[in-house]
Amino acid sequence: MNKPKRRVLAVASGGGHWIQLMRLSTAWDGCDITYVTTTDGFRADLEAVARDNGLPAPGYHVVPEANRWQKLRLVHQLLALVWVVLRTRPHAVITTGAAPGYFAIRLGRMLGAKCIWVDSIANAQELSLSGKRVGPYADLWLTQWEDLAADEGPQYKGAVL
Amino acid sequence: MIFLTIGSHEPFDRLVRAVDDWVAQSGAEVFGQITERAGYQPQHFPATGHLSVAEYQARAAQADFLVAHAGMGSILTALQLGKPIVVLPRRGHLKETRNDHQYATAERLGTRAGVTVALSDADLPAALDRVRRATADLAAAPISKKADASLIAAVRHVITGD
Repeated sequence: MNKPKRRVLAVASGGGHWIQLMRLSTAWDGCDITYVTTTDGFRADLEAVARDNGLPAPGYHVVPEANRWQKLRLVHQLLALVWVVLRTRPHAVITTGAAPGYFAIRLGRMLGAKCIWVDSIANAQELSLSGKRVGPYADLWLTQWEDLAADEGPQYKGAVL
Repeated sequence: MIFLTIGSHEPFDRLVRAVDDWVAQSGAEVFGQITERAGYQPQHFPATGHLSVAEYQARAAQADFLVAHAGMGSILTALQLGKPIVVLPRRGHLKETRNDHQYATAERLGTRAGVTVALSDADLPAALDRVRRATADLAAAPISKKADASLIAAVRHVITGD
């Protein structure tokens, strides 16, 4: 009997966070993947690649952008993620940040998903704010700079570059 | 054609102005993406506020080299296309970004093939002249499209439970 495919939610803000997420994409080969990001702009390419490989189109949701100083937008973003996470019921949540990824992990964790935070390679001197806060909620809590790793986490397992 | 890009979030007038001054004096051909909220509008090269993902990819692919803030999106785009890039980091104390992470990025990645760093805008004209003169020499082969195998393996292990 076939094991149902693992449902994976892969989350990243548009821009550098997204490019880093894409560089990790073979990690979810063979899984039932849903992407969450802040622009519709990446959908066409993802669908084309899936078609070329004879795969179903991945799930794809766009949530509003928000940074820490835009409190109302953050609420909208959080609500959008509640909806996506409840709909997707992921077995695993992977994110390279930023805020949407933090929310996805907090929500995914409540649903019993395995949660992975990969702090952006842009944070070479110290972990991002979300990256510092997400530690207790992540099954795998990673920095991409070896000298930022610590016994109590985050760990270093390599980088996207 | 040289492609100036500063990311989609915040204006970066200090970089746009420095490039504008350099274009006036060098006659180089530049196209810029400078965000809708740019305070300074360039006088010597065409620019737009926003580019779609497809337009941005096309501009980067057509460029001889890129000039950018020290954002990882810009840098990874250049490296994946094998285009040289000149970066000027945004500074936290100038309120150009939230802290000095771009300065740290510029210091760490400044020695990578294909990446030229100007730590301050005073250093930028010389850096741009150098890259413009020697573009072919400075272009490195496009990097692979994949992260370190160890990182992918660690992530996959947790995702699949294997």
